[in-house]
Parts: sequence; structure tokens; C-alpha cells
Amino acid sequence: MSQLEIKNLHVNIADKEILKGVSLTIKQGEIHAIMGPNGTGKSTLAYTLMGHPAYEVTQGEVIFKGQNILELEPDERSRLGIFLAFQYPVAIPGVTVANFLRTALNARRRAENPEDKGIPVPEFRKLLKGHMEMLKMDPAFAGRYLNDGFSGGEKKRAEILQMATLKPEIAILDETDSGLDIDALRIVADGVNALAGPDLGVLVITHYQRLLNYIKPHVVHIMLGGRIVESGGPDLALHLEEHGYDWIREKYENGIAV
Amino acid sequence: MQEKPKITISRTRPGVSVAQNFAFTADMLPSGGALTEFRRRAFETFSRLPMPAPTDEAWRRTDLRALPAADFRLPAPETYRDLAPVPDELLKPLTAKQHGGQIVLLPGGARLDLDPALAQQGVIFTDLQTAEREYPELLNRLAGQIVRPEEGKFAALASAFSQNGVLLYVPQNVTVEQPLHSILWGPGTSLGHISHLIVWLEAGASVTYVHEAASPDETGNAMHAGLVEIHVGEDAQLHFVELQSWGRHVWNFSHERARVERGGSLDWIFGAVGSRLTKNFSELDLVGEGASGRMSGFYFADGNQHLDHDTQQNHLAPHTTSDLLFKGALKGKSRSVWQGMIYVAPGAQKTDGYQANRNLVLSDQARADSIPGLEICADDVRCTHGATVSKIEQEPLFYLLSRGIPPKDAERLIVEGFFDPIMQRIPFEGVRERFQRAIYIKTVEE
Repeated sequence: MSQLEIKNLHVNIADKEILKGVSLTIKQGEIHAIMGPNGTGKSTLAYTLMGHPAYEVTQGEVIFKGQNILELEPDERSRLGIFLAFQYPVAIPGVTVANFLRTALNARRRAENPEDKGIPVPEFRKLLKGHMEMLKMDPAFAGRYLNDGFSGGEKKRAEILQMATLKPEIAILDETDSGLDIDALRIVADGVNALAGPDLGVLVITHYQRLLNYIKPHVVHIMLGGRIVESGGPDLALHLEEHGYDWIREKYENGIAV
Repeated sequence: MQEKPKITISRTRPGVSVAQNFAFTADMLPSGGALTEFRRRAFETFSRLPMPAPTDEAWRRTDLRALPAADFRLPAPETYRDLAPVPDELLKPLTAKQHGGQIVLLPGGARLDLDPALAQQGVIFTDLQTAEREYPELLNRLAGQIVRPEEGKFAALASAFSQNGVLLYVPQNVTVEQPLHSILWGPGTSLGHISHLIVWLEAGASVTYVHEAASPDETGNAMHAGLVEIHVGEDAQLHFVELQSWGRHVWNFSHERARVERGGSLDWIFGAVGSRLTKNFSELDLVGEGASGRMSGFYFADGNQHLDHDTQQNHLAPHTTSDLLFKGALKGKSRSVWQGMIYVAPGAQKTDGYQANRNLVLSDQARADSIPGLEICADDVRCTHGATVSKIEQEPLFYLLSRGIPPKDAERLIVEGFFDPIMQRIPFEGVRERFQRAIYIKTVEE
């Protein structure tokens, strides 16, 4: 059973400290949610875990499968089993969803066996078709250019499609609910739930409680000012929905220097 | 990301400011064939014209001062016997399962093959030396009609000294179903490979023709100077694919023009991945009402390669349409130049001209110059152009890496995506595969 263990993580962007000591452990099979107001460092945490070069780790470590993944390149982290569903998926003009996914799958196979010839096309088609049906996607979607001209809902579904294809052990969903109407939200959440299970640890990052009606977390954390200030059960999310973030701001921003 | 094309003016050092001249003399002119007089006159022009200088507008960005012009000699007959043979890979058909005919042009020789059925229809597809012997009148009538020796030093050079070449003549209303294919294979060093292609479609004719020039990488220098003269008659249709993968020691020069008559259409595809330096002039003359031409260019330079494409779309009649897209990627210390012009003549109303050049610069030391131009002398026209030079941005790259794709493959995917609009314009899978392989070799294998 692997787990992602974040220890006292401090992160700067352009010399400004955004994360000020985040510690958190996510085990396979668990669903964690991080909630918090905008600008509090949630997305910074997501990008840092994936290794975005703009984020500078000044302190702390992130242990996964016995390695400090902060020392690995983003592609190595991915092949180790970490996945980030982007809040703003990036368009890759001229590269189809199918071509992209096949390249990503083959990169995994080749990392394990440099002699690998790549996934046979019929096998890949079958796999892709199955995942796309689960996410209620039109088969023509595979031939479209990745995220190029996609609607918000299509982008988020494409992220979950990638997650389904790459089979990570730890998935970080960064504001996956943003920009989705309720139908799209339900499809995306159903997809995540279908993939969740004993082999997958999930970290859901969200501003709103709404998503957590569909993806039920085991643990809810509240982030404020670059730190996790409260952790609790699903009730904590409901409490936030009812009372907003003001009480937590009052409790912590007035209490401790941020 | 749009960047303005940069223009750098480099100061010339005294003493080396002029390119070396050639050592070719009149006694080296191929003699005895139909073009003897044509060659003699072209030689006079060649002798009269100076080497291009950096002060010439067309040569401002392409420096010939390192060209060892005096070292090049013309291949003697059967020189190819002592040189690397043409790879089988190049002999395969690119646009269909089989050829209607194939010509292999070699230093000092040629090999020919044409479907007898086509010969019976009056189609001529032969090498230049054979054409000089067997079709002297036709050849004399056509040579120099489209590109004149006076157009430049290299045009004159190629007109005078072309040892190799192709005459493709398709009579009126003849449709050639199987594509025709020629390969100019130019191994060896210190050699000047001089070629002259004449592609002549009479009214209502139709053909697909692929011409490829290639050589292995060798140490030293070699040169190719070429002429391409194309005539697309009334309502005729030509698909013309030109590929160059010259070795990295080759200095490559060409003057090319297509004249398209009323209702004719030309689909012209260029692929350039080789040579040390290329300077290519390609012009499309739409001379008859309703003529149309599409020009699609693919180039990928790396190392110290320098590729310079000068294109011109001339709308000389009303209701003419041109559509040009050139896309290039650059790595290492390579450089590309694209300079394009759409000209609309007085009275050429209702013309539709488009030109775009897109460059993707993959290293800090590579550079692309992109210079579009319009000159419009009619008032009821639609002409648009665009030129961009961009780099791979961090966000798409990070996105691909985050999916476990290693950096080189991620770069390759982005480059493939960048070239996709060109691939979409190419109706031949074999040509697309050739370009894909060039992308793979230049991004992944290095």
C-alpha cells in the first residue's frame, strides 16, 4: 500500500512564500479534500506536487514509494503513479486526444521496458473506447485536438479520461468542478468515483462544497494562508457550506500571524 | 506568440566581402545536344552576372562568402559508379502503391522507366540528355520559357550547365493515373550537380509528379543548382511534390516558377530538411482567369543549416486564387528565412491571395526571419497574410510532462502538432510519413 506523505512543505513563487509548512498524508484508498478561500495556496500545492518549474520548494519533502519525489522530474513523478487533473487544462493544437494518450501510455511502457514496441493499436482503441463510454464521451472526441476549442466540461472530462487511461495511484484534482454545470459535474464525479477504490488515493482541491456532494471525502482539510489549519471528517465541509470561511479566518488570521 | 522579424545588419570585413566566383568555362558546356545554342547564350549571361552580394535585396540574409565556388567541377560521365548508390528507400513510391514511371538521375548518368501505356498516350517522361537527343524540337521550344537565364547567377548557371534533368510532357486532355517519380541522387564532394526540370501540361492534362533530391552527408562541399519550369495549361491539373534531403555539405540553389493558365490548378508541395545552405526562389504566376495555385512548405533545420525560401504569388489575371502556407521548425544554431510576396497586377480583380509563414524555434541559438509582403495594384481583391515566429511555451510542455511523457517526446508531440496544418494539406500518406520521420529524427534522435 503506497502513500503520499507531504512533510512540512514550504514553497515560494517568485521569492514570495505561498506554502508555509504543509503536512499531509494520503493513503491509497482514501479520498481527501482540501478546501479554502481563493489565494490560499491550494493550487500551489497541486502544481508543486507535480513539479511545475515555477514553484520553488524551500523546505520539506514529499515521500512516495520510498522516494522524495521533489527530486524527480514531472514526467518521472507521473510514471511513478502521481496524476494531476489541471484546473486549466492546456491546449495542444494539432495533437489528437488519441495520439496524445497513446504516447503517454507508451512512455510508461517504455520506462518499464526500453524494448517495448508500444501498445498494439486494437488494444489501445478498445481501452480508450471503454473509458470514453464511462465518461459519456462521443467517440469522435478521440480525434479532436487535445483541449483545443474544448468547452469547460469537455476539458474536465478529458482530464478524467487521462486519469482513467494512466491509472495513477495518487490523483490530485485541482478545482475540477470549476466551470462545470451540474450535468457535467455529475459525469466527472461519476468518473472519479468509478476509478476510486483501494488502489487510488485522491486529493480533491476545491473552493466549493458542491463537488463533495458527489465525491465523498473521507477526510476534509481547510487551508488558509499557506497552511492546513483544520482537518476533520465530511462534516467539516458541510459546516463550511453553512457558515462560509469567515469563522475560520477569524479564528486563525486574527489568532496567529499569517 | 508574435514576434516581429528581426533584421540584423552585419558589418562586412574588407577583403572577404565578395563571394568567390565559379571556375566553369565555355569548354565545359554540355555540347552536341538540342540545347547547345540555349546553353551558349545562358553561359554568356552567366559570365556577365556577378556573384550575388549581401547588398542584393534577395541575398541580404543568405551569405555566400564561404561558398568555395571555384572548387566545384561537373561530374564526368558515369561518375556515379564510384559513389554511394541511391538508397532503396528513395525508390519507393510516395503517393500511390506504384509509379507510372520513375527516373533516377545520377552524377554522370540516369536510369529510366515509363509505363508503355503512357508513352502510347504521348506522355514524355525522360531525362534531359535523352530529351536532347530524342525530342530536340520540343525541348528547344520549352526550355527557358518559364525561367529565364537572366533572372540570376544560378538560373544562368543551371541553364548553361544542366547535365541532368527531367522533361515531363503531358499532351492535351491526357490524364496520367499513376504518379510519376524522379530522384536526383547527388553523392560525392567538390561536385556541382546541375539540374533542369521542365514540367509541361497541355490544356486539360492531369498528373501527379514527385521529384526528390537527396545525397548522403559527406565531409567537404558539394553544390546543387537547379531550375524548375512548370507550365499548367488551361484547365490542367498538376500535383507537384518536391522534397530535398541533401547532405549537410551541400549548397543548394534553385529557381522555380509555375505558370498556370486559365482554369488550371497547381498543388505544389515543398519539403526541405537537408543541405548546408539552401536558397530557393519559387514563383507562382497565375496568368489566366480562374487559375489557382496552392503552395505548402515544410522545413526543419538543425545544426548549422541555413534554409532560405523566397516565394512569390503573382496574380496576373482576374479571379485567380493562391494559398500559401510554409511552416518550419528550427533547432541548434540553424536559421531560416522566408520572404514572401503576393503581387496583384492592375486589372486582376476578384483575386484571392493568402500567404502565411509560421516558425517554431526550438533552441535559443536558432533564428527564423519571416518577411511577408503584399503589392496590390487592383482594388477589388482579397489578400491576407501572416507571419509568426514562436517558441515552445512552458505550460504545454509541463502539461505533457505531467502525463509521464519524457521531454524529447513532449517536444516531438508539440512539433508534430505545429506541423499538423501542413500535413492536412498533403493528400499523400507517403509524403506525410516522410515528414513525420524527419520530425522524429530531428527531435528525438538528434
